[in-house]
Amino acid sequence: MGLPGVYFRRTVKVLRTEVLVLPSRVAVLVFIVALMALPIFTQDYYFLRVLILTSIFAIFAASWDLLSGFTGQMNFGHALFFGVAAYVTALLNLKLGLPPYFSIPLGAVGGVLTGLIVGIPCLRLKGSYLALTTLAFPIILTGVVFAIPDITGGELGLAGLSRLTGSRVMDYYLTSGLMLILGFTMWKITDSKTGIILHAIREDELAVRTAGVNTTRYKLLAFCMSGFFAGVAGGLYAHFMRLAGPSGLEVGLSFQVIIWAVFGGMVTIYGPIAGVFILYPLMEILRVVLDNFPSLPEIRMFIFAGLVLLTLLFMPEGLIPWVRDKIETECPRCKVRNVFSRHRCRVCDADLD
Amino acid sequence: MILDIIIDGLIKGSVYALLAIGFSLVLGVARIINIAHTALYMTAAYLIYIGTKMMGLPAPVAMVASILLTVVLGLLIYNFFIKPIQEHEAAVLIATIAVAMMIQEVFLMIFGGHYLGVNPLIDGYATILGVKVTYQHLLALGLALVVLLATRVFLQKTRLGLAIRSTAQDREVANLMGMNVTRVAMGTMAVSVGMAAITGAIVVPLVTVEPTMWMHPLIMMLAIVVLGGLGSIEGSFVGAFILGFAESMVVFLLPMGSFLKDSVALSIMILVLLIRPEGLFGVSFEEER
Repeated sequence: MGLPGVYFRRTVKVLRTEVLVLPSRVAVLVFIVALMALPIFTQDYYFLRVLILTSIFAIFAASWDLLSGFTGQMNFGHALFFGVAAYVTALLNLKLGLPPYFSIPLGAVGGVLTGLIVGIPCLRLKGSYLALTTLAFPIILTGVVFAIPDITGGELGLAGLSRLTGSRVMDYYLTSGLMLILGFTMWKITDSKTGIILHAIREDELAVRTAGVNTTRYKLLAFCMSGFFAGVAGGLYAHFMRLAGPSGLEVGLSFQVIIWAVFGGMVTIYGPIAGVFILYPLMEILRVVLDNFPSLPEIRMFIFAGLVLLTLLFMPEGLIPWVRDKIETECPRCKVRNVFSRHRCRVCDADLD
Repeated sequence: MILDIIIDGLIKGSVYALLAIGFSLVLGVARIINIAHTALYMTAAYLIYIGTKMMGLPAPVAMVASILLTVVLGLLIYNFFIKPIQEHEAAVLIATIAVAMMIQEVFLMIFGGHYLGVNPLIDGYATILGVKVTYQHLLALGLALVVLLATRVFLQKTRLGLAIRSTAQDREVANLMGMNVTRVAMGTMAVSVGMAAITGAIVVPLVTVEPTMWMHPLIMMLAIVVLGGLGSIEGSFVGAFILGFAESMVVFLLPMGSFLKDSVALSIMILVLLIRPEGLFGVSFEEER
């Protein structure tokens, strides 16, 4: 047995003892494998396009959760980061001719700076004030975009960006891979010491301050990190659609991201991602299905809103936490999660029933 | 020009004041950010269009009927979609967004995206200091001011008004004093939706009726409520006139005015918040003390 054998055995052991014992981890594994293997089975142009957009919006929704879910800084204007990054990326690509792998990171830096600019006035605000104030920023910027059409392209936006990569399949792997990496990064951030402080700020900011933590700095950090991830999504979107327009700043997009995130389940990171992966393709399927009934009026958004309302009535915490609590129980003694069918904890053998 | 701005600003200000006060009542009493508030205002406008243009009812009858129907609709929405999930703040927020979207989509389905209009109640115009002002504008202004006054009297002089104000100040103590907080919230919702519907009825002859007409008032209303201080009635009133005048000045005076009207109004709001984070007439809520 050489070194590869050791690694292989270790991987198998981790799989058996840590992943296969919990249905939620199995689901994540299946999801990742399915996402990566999908182009082997179909390379349908439209199908991949839907999934690419889903991945982009999944990054976007998770970044909202990082700021609003974990830190409790309810952001109603999250489209600002997305839109600014899209415009920065587009301007860098069109005016300076930078390729996507430079313009998208720089666009994300634009998102970080926006996070700083918005974050500083918002630090003094709390709760509903903060939510309603953040709503204002993208609308202000939309007005400016319309007022200076020479630079921003006005209503039509900036079109004709260079393609993300050469082919659709490469686009797919880039966006879904980035989605997995960034989603994992965000999840890791929320699990780290910083993440715990952010979580504590949401629960009781005064207590955190009393414990000697500079909460101002951490809240600004949350704004910047969220701006960065949303900025990556905005840049990817601009290059994929080859267009950066005022639609990226719309109130509708800000509301949409909140709907995705809360539908999937806030304060989880994977909840919003799952929310996008359920709702966005579902809307596309509905579009295709409804196209076969041209006599029906445009009821897609109506169905969407109704679905969200009904889901919330029965699972106000969001879909994913509800499902997770159904299929897993937490051990009362050692706080390790177990499959619902077990009667004794898999680690400490405590009675679960 | 100046008179144009004054008349326009007064009408916009009083319309926004009506919307913002209704919104801030519910926010204060039930802690609900009701995004669907202006969607209900739109509902009233559409119902009046249906009543007058399609069923041929006389305008006052259509107005009263549409206001009542809208209030009933508002209470139904509150009972079925908001009350069951009231403990989950984020869920309530999305529920109201989803309700607003559903209302928009229903009208889009029935009427399409067409721009519709309703005949003014009275034709003709008066000439004030050499500027033509239609009677409809004057009527709208008068009605809005009357309703504002009535709201003031209602909140200050009636028992329900007192209950609403005290619940908004401190929910827990109000409950301890033997008020049925749930029922007060219900009453507040009815008053709030009623105000939105009345606003819709007043302005419907002055605006184009279309499925996205709720967006702009929503944004202005939210800005006003923040500017004035959440839950403060006086704040909403003053804020509404500040932003109403600001909007009409921008529209009349700046070259790209109609694009920038939201930007300027919201920039004013942010500037005020930088100096006074709790808004002009901010009251601190129990949780935030």
